[in-house]
Amino acid sequence: MLASLALLLGYQLVGEVVARALNLPIPGPVIGMLLLLLTLIIRGQAPEPLKRLSHELLQHLALLFVPAGVGIIAHFQLLQAEWVSLTLALVISLILTLAVTALSMKALTGR
Amino acid sequence: MGSLTRLWVYLAQTPLLWLTVTVAVYAAAHWLHQRAHARAILNPVLIAVAVIVAILLLTGTSYETYFDGAQFAHFLLGPATVALAVPLYAQLGKLRRLAVPVGVSLLAGSITAIVSAGAICWALGASRQTILSILPKSATTPIAMGVSEGLGGLPSLTAVLVILTGILGAVAGTAVLDALRVRDEAARGFALGVAAHGIGTARAFQVSEETGAFAGLAMGLNGALTAVLVPFLAGLFGL
Repeated sequence: MLASLALLLGYQLVGEVVARALNLPIPGPVIGMLLLLLTLIIRGQAPEPLKRLSHELLQHLALLFVPAGVGIIAHFQLLQAEWVSLTLALVISLILTLAVTALSMKALTGR
Repeated sequence: MGSLTRLWVYLAQTPLLWLTVTVAVYAAAHWLHQRAHARAILNPVLIAVAVIVAILLLTGTSYETYFDGAQFAHFLLGPATVALAVPLYAQLGKLRRLAVPVGVSLLAGSITAIVSAGAICWALGASRQTILSILPKSATTPIAMGVSEGLGGLPSLTAVLVILTGILGAVAGTAVLDALRVRDEAARGFALGVAAHGIGTARAFQVSEETGAFAGLAMGLNGALTAVLVPFLAGLFGL
């Protein structure tokens, strides 16, 4: 498990370095994800311990968003001023985005 | 000073307290969510954030003090994002077959997210800064903040709008997809990831590994596409 954790951190580190070196607007971890995917494709299989660790981390992905979510506390005033337009924009845009994405997938795959 | 006050002063200054609160409150919210048969409205992120905000307000604790402890959970977002490669690899065969639908749906969904949010804010008379801040709200937090800052939006407002979008998507997303009669797990996951990034992806993983894998893919791709599209579309509409 430790080797797998080192692997994930290592890919993130490489991702950060690539993002900075090439001045990419994409965050390091996303580049790390793509590089790890590429590695798994070349190797032809994912090692068992890595599968177990990934499963464990992703099962509790939601926990990791809590600290950033609590950040809302610092913006109550700003939200109060424009909450009607922001709420409408977020809700309607979410529904439209879900509908357009899912229905295009459905239309193009025929499922 | 009473001994209880002294104990509080000590604890309030160590990162341990707020990390423990974060994990414990989330664990309780997760338990409640499971007990309620994973009902989407009892989203663990929503409940945990609400409870912790209440605790911080009641104890007069600043967000900076809280984040000093909670940052250890926040940090794991990086390795967890890298870990998305593993379920994605497991879905590789399906992903290859669906390359064209995935590409087209991504482009359509990403443009919809950006233009609809901006247009509604504009129509309701929001300020230019608010409009620029909301455009990248469907991308993952670090990308969205960077895009917003680059255009003259307010990165911290963008972060809040991104999180709210994610929570909305996690709470209402599956119901919207049910109403649209989209049953395929790949399509459902992909839509959740495009519309509601990482929090939508976390929700998708609660449903199944396949739904989660496609959501994670959508989150990554839409993050990259949003970084390119928002400056272009903002220019197009003269913002």
